[in-house]
Amino acid sequence: MNFAVLQFPASNCDQDALHVLTNVLGQSARFVWHKENSLAGIDAVIIPGGFSYGDYLRTGAIARFSPIMEALQTFAANGGPVLGICNGFQILCEAGLLPGALIRNRSLQFRCEQIFIKPVNTSSPFTHKIPAGKTLRLPIAHGEGCYFADNDTLEKLKSNNQILWQYTNANGEPTGMSNPNGSLLNIAGVCNEAGNVAGLMPHPERASEAVLGSDDGRWIFDSLLSWLEKKTAKAA
Amino acid sequence: MKARIIVTPKKAVLDPQGKSVQNALTQMGYQGIGDVHVGKYLEIELAGNDKEAWRKQIDNACHKILSNPVIEDYSFEIV
Repeated sequence: MNFAVLQFPASNCDQDALHVLTNVLGQSARFVWHKENSLAGIDAVIIPGGFSYGDYLRTGAIARFSPIMEALQTFAANGGPVLGICNGFQILCEAGLLPGALIRNRSLQFRCEQIFIKPVNTSSPFTHKIPAGKTLRLPIAHGEGCYFADNDTLEKLKSNNQILWQYTNANGEPTGMSNPNGSLLNIAGVCNEAGNVAGLMPHPERASEAVLGSDDGRWIFDSLLSWLEKKTAKAA
Repeated sequence: MKARIIVTPKKAVLDPQGKSVQNALTQMGYQGIGDVHVGKYLEIELAGNDKEAWRKQIDNACHKILSNPVIEDYSFEIV
């Protein structure tokens, strides 16, 4: 499969994402600079973490007006899968491709630690390979990861099965103590209504090899990959 | 001319910064401190003197990029 990893000024997880896609998963992947305006030939897009445009104004607020974002809107509207990680999630929310917003952590602290998440929707392109009941141990590193949406939006997310992951304890229970940033409903990641655009604050690309302490992140990439393979087989 | 823009978190949005400032003020002994909301102030210098045209453009910019309507309110004046 052909993956694109978008690069904005001050993206800093772009190399990690490309490494996992090429060296760990054996896929073809390339960087796409934010000033480019085409995603031709791309099967899936990863928007990596970082601090695009220094987080000025709001996280993701300026990146979302980069030239590549227009091509991304079209790509997403045509059903192409897009995964935003950390700053990528923030950019997708600012761009209106995902509902809600990410605001300052309730503790006001930058949180950099290992947490657990559990898939809530287990049939999405980003979660369907994760074994039932499995919690994923992934790192987080963010100051603005508190997921916020108004009550109507939260109700819609629940009824449309758009909450992909929740912060939980090691036993998979979404407790207050296991919520690292104050996110409403312990939300760690959501998808759009169509299900092809997703974002999450934790970093699966930093936990896709056992040597890094956890390879739980691979479940997310493996889900996406197997979904893409099925889609390609259907089209053929 | 200038646009003076104030962006504040919506009342329904958690505002941990405002809460901390409120706690600090209360701990310092200031009496009667209520809710605190921490926002942003932007000042933009504008060419020409067509106030009405700028009002429309600044309103548009506030809605599109300077604030996020999901979490923030804005107000502005052109002076």
